[in-house]
Amino acid sequence: MSQAQHRDHAGAKLGMWLFLFTELILFGGLFLLYAVYLARYPHEFSVGGRELNVLFGTVNTMVLLTSSMFAAMAVTAVQRGQRHNVVRLLGMTVFCALVFLGIKYFEWSAKIGHDIYPGSQRLTTGPPGESVFFSLYYLTTGLHGLHVLIGGAVLTFVAIKVQKGKVNAGNYAWLENGALYWHLVDLIWIFIFPLYYLIL
Amino acid sequence: MSLPDNSRTDISSFWNDTGKTGIAAWIFSTDHKRIGLLYFYSVLGFFLTAVVLGLLLRIELMTPGRTIMGPQAYNALFTVHGVIMIFLFIIPGFPGAFGNLIMPLQIGARDVAFPRLNLFSWWLYMIGAAIILTALFTGSGPPDTGWTFYVPFSSRTGTNVSLAVFGVFIVGFSSILTGVNFVTTIHRLRAEGMTWRRLPLFVWSLYATAWVQILATPILGITLVLVIAERALGTGLFDPARGGDPLMFQHLFWIYSHPAVYIMILPAMGVISEIIPVFSRKPVFGYKMIAFSSLAIAAAGSLVWGHHMYTSGMSDTAILVFSFLTFVVAIPSAIKVFNWVATLYKGSISLEAPMIFALSFILLFSIGGLTGLILGAAATDIHVHDTQFVVGHFHYTIFGGSGFAFIGAMHYWLPKFYGRKYAEKPALLGWAIMFVGFNITYFSMMVLGMKGMPRRYYDYLPEFAPLNLASTIGSWILALGLALVLVNLFRGLMKGESFGRNPWGGATLEWSVATPPPTENFEEEPVVTHGPYDFKGAGIP
Repeated sequence: MSQAQHRDHAGAKLGMWLFLFTELILFGGLFLLYAVYLARYPHEFSVGGRELNVLFGTVNTMVLLTSSMFAAMAVTAVQRGQRHNVVRLLGMTVFCALVFLGIKYFEWSAKIGHDIYPGSQRLTTGPPGESVFFSLYYLTTGLHGLHVLIGGAVLTFVAIKVQKGKVNAGNYAWLENGALYWHLVDLIWIFIFPLYYLIL
Repeated sequence: MSLPDNSRTDISSFWNDTGKTGIAAWIFSTDHKRIGLLYFYSVLGFFLTAVVLGLLLRIELMTPGRTIMGPQAYNALFTVHGVIMIFLFIIPGFPGAFGNLIMPLQIGARDVAFPRLNLFSWWLYMIGAAIILTALFTGSGPPDTGWTFYVPFSSRTGTNVSLAVFGVFIVGFSSILTGVNFVTTIHRLRAEGMTWRRLPLFVWSLYATAWVQILATPILGITLVLVIAERALGTGLFDPARGGDPLMFQHLFWIYSHPAVYIMILPAMGVISEIIPVFSRKPVFGYKMIAFSSLAIAAAGSLVWGHHMYTSGMSDTAILVFSFLTFVVAIPSAIKVFNWVATLYKGSISLEAPMIFALSFILLFSIGGLTGLILGAAATDIHVHDTQFVVGHFHYTIFGGSGFAFIGAMHYWLPKFYGRKYAEKPALLGWAIMFVGFNITYFSMMVLGMKGMPRRYYDYLPEFAPLNLASTIGSWILALGLALVLVNLFRGLMKGESFGRNPWGGATLEWSVATPPPTENFEEEPVVTHGPYDFKGAGIP
């Protein structure tokens, strides 16, 4: 088309922020259920919460926070025009995402090995509150894990664009929005971690 | 005006811009007008499909006992009628079709903020729709839960609920992206001089709608995910035997689905706020209050979901609060109605088809709104809860309201894009037939509900037979009128008399460009110097 190149960086960011709100509200539904069921089953929730592995949770928190730092550094690097640095930093972010998912895999496997999953023998015969707790745990961390996966894919895609020079110091809305998405993934985990691992 | 009326053949029109040809020029186009027409014909197709389903439902209810189908088919039919009408027609209808067609023109923009995302929204919508349709013909039968997908039935029924719910999830995602796109567009792409106080009221209503789409739809998303998880994984979050609570489903579902009725009605109110001043030759009365009331309806309407649950076992305090808030929503709605009527006062009214539909909107929506208060007050709701009264009320607001406004918008705006116009007399005749049929159909339902006939029931007592027969005959009259209106409209768009730049005499920007609009709308970026209903300022006699 004859249309002249027309970029609106602030508009792109505004759109991304609006989209991030919708993601927060998506998880908000699960947090709402958590609040209601916590009030109803405080004892069962604390029993369930103590079964979660705080070490796994803490390490994963560190991993995600570090990855968010890499993502933020990538944005600074692109502003300075350091293309290789950007790609390397994005690579490290994605690596952290994979580590996070790996740890999550071991955590879930251990739980499933202990006969804890929706519909398992232990949860169907145990107190109902525990079944609710672990269902919520799997759904929330599962949905979050899916977002880690999507965020990792988005950042990989952005890294390819950076490598090709399509995202550069003059036009980095893609990178900034990808990083924003990654911070969202991080932010949601910052809520999940204390709610499920620490306060119960 | 400067251009001749036959500017239909104008080379720069969006119909014949260069590049791709055939269907690819449409389904891969990022032009907001083409996407608008894609949405328009998609939603129209689904609307007509669901109209046929509705007619079949009415035929089944014409006489007590079995008339043309069995109970299972009946359950599936009212579910599919609701799912298609709500998720595939009226929610995407206004923002997708007329929002896309008109909004960028009205704010003086070349396109929306994210044209590719806009196209992606339409694709998501079609994919979601395809999944929903697949769910009807595969698995163990079409869903039979009603469009509300209430647990525990939806988590236990053997029918193809999961796939249908997944389709609705995808359509919801499309709706979110449209909302994000429109809010960004209205914030960033207004032409010079297009201040917030000069924003056409249709744009104001789309803006309020877009916020509802952004803030409410994710809750529907997570609720539908939970229903699928309930069915596929047995999570038990809504199952009392496993510690869950079905009431939580109802809360989550209505946190979205009540605001969703404002996604359906707000842009319709915006259409009415455009049509009434133009056909009264008078600036709209109370511009600021109409704009504000759109936002107020969106805000207050997000806090009233509990009024669907008075009989579900909520606490009395909750019922009292939700009842109060429901009455609060009536205030901004009434502000709009009074402002429209005040606009008419001493206006130079011309009763052409768009105006007739707009005027009947005011009447039918008022009936729908006032009967809504009967449902919003806990004491009276208990009596008519889950009866045909609810069905009648809902159709008065959404069909008599949004539906009539949609048809009004078709008559008002589509000629602008085709350069040809429908014939006036058949349009008015069709409207009259529709209006009569509509009232017979749905008023009978409200009376039946008052007498105690439950909704979604396959069979009924003999004492309900006469009114059910009346309602069914009314539905045929309604369908006849609708057919006449649509045939006349599309015949006119193809072969009717030509339609110039601004035959209605509107002062909003879409009337300042050629008919049909050029590819990028404005030859040069417009500078806005007058308000949207300042007919003198726009130089319109």
